[in-house]
Amino acid sequence: MTRPAPASHRHGALRNLLGIADLGPDIAAGIAEVMRLTDSFVEVSERAIPKVPALRGRTVVSLFFEDSTRTRLSFETAAKRLSADTMNFSVSTSSVKKGESLRDTIETIEAMGVDAIVVRHASAGVPRQIAHWASSAVINAGDGWHEHPTQALLDCYTIRQHLGELSGRHITIVGDIKHSRVARSNIAAFTALGADVTVVAPPTLLPPSLEGWPVKVAHDLDAVLPGTDVCYLLRMQRERMTEALIPSLREYTARYGLTEERADRLAEHALIMHPGPMNRGVEIAADVAERPNAVIVDQVRNGVAVRMAVLFLLLGSGTEWGGEPDA
Amino acid sequence: MSAEDMQRATWRMAHEIIERNHGLDDVVLVGLQTGGVPLAGRLAGALHQIEGINVPVGCVDVAFYRDDIGLRPVLPEAVTDIPVELTGRSVVLVDDVLFTGRTIRAALDALTDHGRARQVQLAVMIDRGHRELPIRPDFVGKNLPTRRDEAVDVHEDGVDLGEMVK
Repeated sequence: MTRPAPASHRHGALRNLLGIADLGPDIAAGIAEVMRLTDSFVEVSERAIPKVPALRGRTVVSLFFEDSTRTRLSFETAAKRLSADTMNFSVSTSSVKKGESLRDTIETIEAMGVDAIVVRHASAGVPRQIAHWASSAVINAGDGWHEHPTQALLDCYTIRQHLGELSGRHITIVGDIKHSRVARSNIAAFTALGADVTVVAPPTLLPPSLEGWPVKVAHDLDAVLPGTDVCYLLRMQRERMTEALIPSLREYTARYGLTEERADRLAEHALIMHPGPMNRGVEIAADVAERPNAVIVDQVRNGVAVRMAVLFLLLGSGTEWGGEPDA
Repeated sequence: MSAEDMQRATWRMAHEIIERNHGLDDVVLVGLQTGGVPLAGRLAGALHQIEGINVPVGCVDVAFYRDDIGLRPVLPEAVTDIPVELTGRSVVLVDDVLFTGRTIRAALDALTDHGRARQVQLAVMIDRGHRELPIRPDFVGKNLPTRRDEAVDVHEDGVDLGEMVK
């Protein structure tokens, strides 16, 4: 009957999810706990009425300083399926436009009695700063080039669903590594689970130094594709391309895009993944995204269940660990 | 309670389930995670030996329906698996120990999300008393008077009574 406490609780409850490291000290065990809980929420999502009363009376506010459709909708759906109330704060219609400071905004939101704040911001570190001020749980839904932990968790879950455990798998991440928070969170999560990660990008789209990153670097995509179990394509972020880092999108596609010919070089079991939104015809050919081994829609579907797991871990699983529920 | 006692009790409860439902038409067993799951399996085995019918067996985890979420650590033990639509069925909920009744309250809510059962009955190996809600079992292996602070442990080799680990 007695079960060991999940990793995330061994040193007190999980308070915030700002980055993959928050799932530590044993990150692999922390991710495994989220995956286990996600299995339960996948079952809930498949029901005729995909809703449980777990977080009744809790309020989740999404505070998005940067555009997003899927992440915001995914968190909102997750909160609603847990019966939590949701509030939406969109910067374009708020007092931020009138010059309200971030701290005042947070204080105002907290005064309304919220339990969790889901934050997206163009600057790295903003969620951590908010977590410092706020007493509610803070979830990072993407901060600048820094981290996007729930994306990494849903990617781990999707890979595990199709290929089993990640340990020993070869994962290739292609594209704009430099500006990608998805790449940073995914590298942390994949390598913690024992996967072998290779990043492929033009030198101008790699960070100035990869020292300390547990990854291999390659510049020739064709050479690494045959041995790859997961080909993870990053979006070419046109909004971040103010500097002339690549000669043209056409040249990028020619060398780093997953074209029909390149997709044919992948092993039959190999997965094609993309965090979305896709630039069809740039990093991925239009028809490649429709292949049976492209699991991009599964990523979105699993995203809701993973975010339910994260919200439940933060808000529902209790403040102390150790007690057994009443029989 | 020894392993043999438990087997006899399981056998008797299986007979009572058949008697109460005038056979096994539309009967579904649903074990509660985690203690009720092996018992539901053993009851299904007994029902098969008596009537030659395989009744559907599911399991339910009530973590997301508990009334103490946020007050104490609550996490599911396993994924809920209800193999058939419950609407119109006679559901026999199965658990190892009936105590406060709060888990059963949560289980009734959980079942509702899988359809409108014609009726729900409750089978438990041990009824240890101390109910906090108006819930009673239909089929009982053994009534075992306990103190509130005692722990009841039902396992394969029998039932033990011990001090609750604080």
